Amino acid sequence: MRVIADTNRCLGAGQCVLADPERFDQSDDGIVVVLRAEATDPAEQEEVRETVSHCPSRALSLAD
Amino acid sequence: MTGTEIPEYPLARTCPFHPPAGYARYREHGPVNPVRLYDGRRVWAVTGHAEAREVLLNTGLFSSERADPRYPATSPRFEAARKVRNFIGMDPPDHTAQRRMLQSSFTMRRINGLRPGIQRLVDELLDAVVAKGPVVDLVPEFALPIPSIVISELLGVPYGDHAFFEQQSRRVASGTSTLEESADAFTQLLQYLDGLIQDKERSAGDGLLDVLIAEQVRPGILTRRELVDISLLLLVAGHETTASAIALGVVALLEHPDQLAALRADPALLPSAVEELLRFTTIADSVARFATADTELAGQPVAAGDGVLVVLSAANRDDTVFPDPDLLDLTRRARSHVSFGHGAHQCIGHNIARAELEIAFSTLFARLPGLRLAVPLDRLPGKDAGGVQGVFELPVAW
Repeated sequence: MRVIADTNRCLGAGQCVLADPERFDQSDDGIVVVLRAEATDPAEQEEVRETVSHCPSRALSLAD
Repeated sequence: MTGTEIPEYPLARTCPFHPPAGYARYREHGPVNPVRLYDGRRVWAVTGHAEAREVLLNTGLFSSERADPRYPATSPRFEAARKVRNFIGMDPPDHTAQRRMLQSSFTMRRINGLRPGIQRLVDELLDAVVAKGPVVDLVPEFALPIPSIVISELLGVPYGDHAFFEQQSRRVASGTSTLEESADAFTQLLQYLDGLIQDKERSAGDGLLDVLIAEQVRPGILTRRELVDISLLLLVAGHETTASAIALGVVALLEHPDQLAALRADPALLPSAVEELLRFTTIADSVARFATADTELAGQPVAAGDGVLVVLSAANRDDTVFPDPDLLDLTRRARSHVSFGHGAHQCIGHNIARAELEIAFSTLFARLPGLRLAVPLDRLPGKDAGGVQGVFELPVAW
C-alpha cells in the first residue's frame, strides 16, 4: 500500500504530521510532504488508513 | 410532524461538560432531524458522526456563506456576525485564498517552536496562582490568560489591551448577548483593530498582522478592512474557545479522579488525554451550513436553501464511533472527534490549542497534586446555550 498526497487539495491543517510525523511533514507554507509512501505490515496500514480519514481537505489517498 | 413537536435548538447544558439530555430527541429519527431555532426557523440537526463529516467535507453542497440570508443563525448574537466577512463565513475559492495566506503561521514546526514560550508562561501563571491562593479562580488566573497571551503575541496585538478585547469577545461569543450587544461588541473590536492596523502600517512590529500588512495589504491583495475582519476572527477564536477548553478539561478531570490518576501516572498518555477531553467537552456545540441544492443526508431529503446544523457535541457522542461515549476514557482513540470541525473550515488554530492544552493540564496537575474544586460541581454554572460552552468561574483549592 502507498499513500499519495494531492498538494493542490492540501490546506495545510497538519493533521497528518500530528498523527504520523515519521511519514508526513509540511513545507514552510504548510503543504504536505510525504516522507515515506509505502506501508507494508497490516498494523502500519491500519494507521495510515486512519490518518488518511483524518485529513480535513481529503488531500490524502491510498493506492496499491 | 407539527411545529410544536419539533424540538428546539439549542438547549442549555445542566452539567458543564455533558451535552444536554434533551439532545437525545435529535436522534429519535436517525442521524438527521428537524429542529426549531429561536426565530422559529426549521433546520436539520445532524447528530451522526459520519453525516457530520459528510456535510463538513462538502463545501460545494453545504455553504458557510454567512452574508447569505439562507445561512442559519442559532442565536440573536449571530445576526451581528453576518456583517463581519472573513474566511470562516466564506466558501472556496475566497475561503481558500484567505486560508492559504495564514497557513504558514500555523504549521506544526511553527507551533512546536511556540511550546517553550507557552511552558514559561504557564509556569509563571502558576507561580502567581500559588502565591495568591488557595482559593483561586482558575478562569481569570490561568485558563483565560494562557490563550489570550499566546494569540496576542502571535498576532502582534498588545496584551495590555486584554481586558478590553476579552470582554468584547465574551459579548460576541455569549449565547445571551442580544443582537444590539453583539453588534456593539463587533463595532468596538473592529474600531480597535482598525486603529491597531493603522498604527502598524506606520510602524511595523513582528506579529502575524504585520506580516499580513506587508505581504497582502501593501501589494493590494487584501484591503485593510478585510485584514481587520480576519484579525477579529483570529483574536476572538484564538482565546475564548481555548480558555473554555482548559477550564472544562480541568473540571472534567477533577470529576473523574480515576482518569486523572491514570494521567498523572503516565505522562505519555497526555496527547491521547487531550483528544479525549476535546471530544468529551466539545466547546463549540454546533456549526451551521445551508444546502445549495436539493440533496439527501442519511436518506433524509434536504432541499436547496435548507439550514443544516452540524451538532458537534452530539456527533462526538455517536456510539457507533466512540463506544460508551458518555464515559471519559483517556486511553480511547478519540482522534476522529469533530471538536475542531472537519473539512476546509477545520479550526486553523487546532495545533496551537493542542499545545496549550497539553502544557496547561500537565503542568497544573504536576504542580498542585491536591487540586480540587472549591465548590460542588452543581454550583459551577455552565455558560449559556447558543455560545461557546464553558464555565464562568472555576474556584479551586489544593
